[in-house]
This record gives sequence, structure tokens and C-alpha cells, in this order.
Amino acid sequence: MKTIVEVKDLVKKYDGLEAVKGISFEVRRGEIFGFLGPNGAGKTTTINILCTLLSPTSGTATLNGLDVVREKDKVRESIGLVFQDPSLDERLTARENLEFHAYAYRVPKDVREERIDEVLNMVELADRGKDRVETFSGGMKRRLEIARGLLHYPKVLFLDEPTIGLDPQTRNSIWEYIQELKRKHDITIFLTTHYMDEAENCDRIAIIDYGEIIALDTPEALKSQVGGDVVQIRTDNDREAEKVLVERFGVELIQDRQGGDCLCFEVESAERFIPGFIRDFPIPINSISMHRPTLDDVFLKLTGHDIRPDGADEMASLRLAARGFRGPAARR
Amino acid sequence: MTEASAALENAGYSKALHKLVIGIYITWLRDVKRFFRDRIRLIGAFAQPLIYLFILGTGMQSAFQSFGGSETKYVTFMYPGIVSMTVLFTSMFSAISIIWDREFGFLKEMLVAPIPRSSIAIGKIFGGGTTAIMQGFILLLLMPLVGISYNLEKLVMMIVVMFLLALSLTGFGVLIASRMRTMEGFPIVMNFVLLPMFFLSGAMFPLQNLPGWMRVLTKINPMTYAVDAMRGVALKGIQVSSMTISLPEVPASLAVNPDFINWANQAKAAIPQIPQLKVQYYPLGLDILVIVGVGVALMLLAMWRFSKTE
Repeated sequence: MKTIVEVKDLVKKYDGLEAVKGISFEVRRGEIFGFLGPNGAGKTTTINILCTLLSPTSGTATLNGLDVVREKDKVRESIGLVFQDPSLDERLTARENLEFHAYAYRVPKDVREERIDEVLNMVELADRGKDRVETFSGGMKRRLEIARGLLHYPKVLFLDEPTIGLDPQTRNSIWEYIQELKRKHDITIFLTTHYMDEAENCDRIAIIDYGEIIALDTPEALKSQVGGDVVQIRTDNDREAEKVLVERFGVELIQDRQGGDCLCFEVESAERFIPGFIRDFPIPINSISMHRPTLDDVFLKLTGHDIRPDGADEMASLRLAARGFRGPAARR
Repeated sequence: MTEASAALENAGYSKALHKLVIGIYITWLRDVKRFFRDRIRLIGAFAQPLIYLFILGTGMQSAFQSFGGSETKYVTFMYPGIVSMTVLFTSMFSAISIIWDREFGFLKEMLVAPIPRSSIAIGKIFGGGTTAIMQGFILLLLMPLVGISYNLEKLVMMIVVMFLLALSLTGFGVLIASRMRTMEGFPIVMNFVLLPMFFLSGAMFPLQNLPGWMRVLTKINPMTYAVDAMRGVALKGIQVSSMTISLPEVPASLAVNPDFINWANQAKAAIPQIPQLKVQYYPLGLDILVIVGVGVALMLLAMWRFSKTE
């Protein structure tokens, strides 16, 4: 597969603080490439460098063969961008926002209107084109921004936290658009997120923490790094069950898992293991459950700390504080 | 240079020019659209000069009458100053909208677009200039109400002065805005830049009989020259005060008496000569030169600063 984004030893310092510490990676043409990491890990800084909004302190980056420092204008023409923070003019209508963009990116005059209709249709905002953006919901604004990012048929679409602050339903529909884009338009998508479950939608993920890439692979490969699936069973006779498990199925029991009345063990693929296991296991099973490793486990294992969606945490602590404040009155 | 490479370079230049023009056009168009959509701003923009002109102006005029000068036409005198003030505030507010754009994110959309940064600065300058002129234009409709009659030359000259002033001031505004990250600094700009510029320009009072320090300040204030030009063209041929004290004619029976003539002349000389209120202190050419010169310098600075924005 061909490479479309190539980054080598990229460093960005802000007043002595190293936000990006010499990262290198490649993005392949036509894939959905995800940058996963907590807030402040250097995701947005990297995207801003690739989008020519920031100059790197050292290192190089090329996009579609164009140098992001020396060929800024050409790079800008070949990318679409959806920023983390809203960047629409709310006083203008949806169409006017798109028209501004179409002019700026010199979409040929004869296809301009057609193109605007096309992208509005794609994000299901065709009937709202003449409405001012200030009347739109958060999800609609995001969709409009995605539509705008696609208007000039970019080679790479950058999405910086595309679903931040959106409700789960809207998040899902945004992801549907992203998948559809990849299928229909042969576009490369480069996105950042700190939502683990969303990162699973990517073809490949780079995990970034404190300005360094600590892993880069497909979600499956990353998850298999932390080990196989964990199966947990409950039986009436755990002692006997343990013996059978070890002798006949050759599994190793995990001792300290919830340390109680159940048996836990790791297998490579629980899906394939469980049917045969149920058929052949001589002791009656009361319950069986499985846990697949998630990207959370991967992140925890690689970095030694949880991925903290900082914004969410702040909100949570704010809510807690608010609740605490209101507490006595509410109890009365 | 071979012909082919020359042609290529030419194509490059025309492409760059095309981008510049497009950038200016869309930035300008957006500002004008926004101006007409913002009802509150529109109403405020028209109401403010009216308040100054008719409430402050009328009050001051009455005050002057109580102090003595019965024929003073203060509102007439003040009118060109208010036109300049309107252009000053509107231009500044338009340019400062760059800070709003930064806060609301749209500036990013503009900065990442494949158009030259300078085109955004120029577009903003023209956008602010246009809105300022539109407001000034509305004020021109009030001219007869303050005792200035229409004539084509006057209107054309006033619009020219307004246009030059608006462009210079928006250039200044863009320069300020390119250095400001948030709107929080705006009251400081308002209090320490805009208001002194306005008060020291002679918009509200004549620049005669001022203490020395103030005269120096008015001379270094570029707004002074704009107000001077505006008043010069607007009040051409109009007397705003008649502070001359006339003595009665000497009766023929006394005119033959040399002693009396002598005494009358002495009395005349003893009356303090109040200078005529001037409507223009500098030649119009100098005024225009200052506005344009300062304007071009500020515009270039603004474009340079803006192109360095990250």
C-alpha cells in the first residue's frame, strides 16, 4: 500500500516544553488512521503541524509527497480539516459557510453548487442549507464541518476529536459517515480521539502519550499484545473443575482474579474455545462469561496509567462538586 | 530566462494574484453580510452618533448660548467630528472582530485555507472600511438637519475623506487585533487608544486656545488631520460663529471732530479681538497626506503581523 503521510523525527517545543518528542510514522493511502492518547499527549500539535498551522521545531513531515513546511499552500489544498473546536461562522447559513470554503479552495465555478448540494446531502443537511448555523444542534454543526472538510475533495481528511461533546447516537452516525467516506471516496482519514471504543473503528492506531508514540498497529494486533481473552466460570465443584481444566484443557488458572468463588483462565480466543469447552466439560457449569482485552487494557499495560479523558474527568469532578454542594438540601 | 520558464512564472504570478483577490473578496463579503445580519449592532451603530449629535450637541449649544455667544452653531461645528467618530468606532469594531473570529474558531478556517494570509488582512480592512462608510453615509442624510446644505462637491469630498479614514483606521484595528488573543483586552484599547484619539482630534471642540501640552498631543494624533479635513470640506463657506462685536456707526455730526474719531479708534482697539473660529487649520492636501501615509504604514504593518499569526 502506498504511503500518503510520512513523518520523521518530528519535534515541537513550546517555550522549552517538548509537546512532541521526535515521533516518526507513516499513514497509508485509503486507511483510517487513529491517533489515540489522553489530552495533552501531543495529538493536536501533530495534526496542526501536518495541516501547516504550526511549524515543527525539527524533523520533517510530508503529505502526498509535499513538504508541510516548504509547500504549505499545496498541502493546504490537498487536505480537509475538522477542528476539535467549532470553526463555523454561526451568523452565516450552512450554504454560505460552504460557499466561503468553496471559494477559498477554488472549487471550479461550474461545479460549486452541485458540490455543495452533494456534501449537504451526504450529511443529511440538505433541507437546512438556508438556515443560519446558530440554529443548529451540536451534532448538526459537526456534520456540517465534515461536509465542509470534504467539499474540495481532499486527499486526506483530518478529524481532530470529531465526536467530542456529542451524544452517543450522534457519535455513531458520525462514525457511519466516516466509514462511508472511506468506502466511497477513497479518502485517507487521519483522526485523533481519546475515546477507546472509537479507536476500535480505525484500521491502524498510533498510541501516543507524553509526546511519544508508544505503539502503532491494528486494534486487533494491539489487543493481542496484552494476551488472550479471559474466561470466567462458576461451578458447584470448583476443586474438581480446576483439576479437569488444568489436566484436560491445559489452561493456566489466574489466581487473584476477584479471588472468590469462580475460576478464571486465559485462552487465545474465547469464541473458539467456549463451544467445545461446554460440550466436553464434565462438571455442570452454573455460569460462564468472557472478557476480551480492550484498548484500555493495552493503554494501561503500555503506559502504566489509565487514559484519562481529561475533559470528561473535569466534568465529572464538577458534577461531583455540584452534587456535594447541593447535597444537604437535596437530602432534606 | 527561457520563454517557457517565463510563461511558467507568469502563470505562477497570476495564480498567486488570483488567490489574493479571492481571499480579499470572500473575507470582505463575509464581513459585509455579517454587518447587515447583526440587527442590534446596526441599530446601535446608527443610534450612537444620533445621541452624540442631538443630545450632547444640543446641550452644548445651549450651554454656549448661556455663556455668551448667541449665534454659535455648535451642532453644525460638531457634525463633521461626529461623522469622523462614527468612522473611527465602526472601523475599529470591525477590525477587532478578528478576535471574535479567533475565539469562535472561524479564524482557523481562514488561516488554514490555501489563500495568502495578507488577503485576509486586506479583506478585513476593506470589510471594515465598507461598513464604516455605510454608516457614515447614513449620517450624510442628516446634514440638512444640522444646517449644512447639500452640494455635490461637498458630498463627494466627504465620502473620499471617509473612505481614506476608514481604511487607515481598519488597518490600525487589524494591527491591534493581530496581537490580541482574547476580547478581554478590548476595554483597554477602548479607554487608552480610541477615546483619547477621539477627544484629542478636535471632533468635539475647536483646537484654538488650547494649553501647550494639549496642542502637542492634538498635533501628533492622526485623527486630528482626518477631522480637520472632514470639517474643512463639510463646512466650506459656512460660518459657525459670529463673535464680532460691532460698534454703532459714528454720527455725521461727530465725524468731523478729530478728538472724537481718535477716541473712537482707541475704544475699538481696546475691544479684545476674538479670533474667528476656524474650521480648518491645515491645508487639505496635508490632511490627506497624513491620513494616507499613516494608513499605508499601518496596513503594511497589519499585513506583516497577520502573516506571522499561527
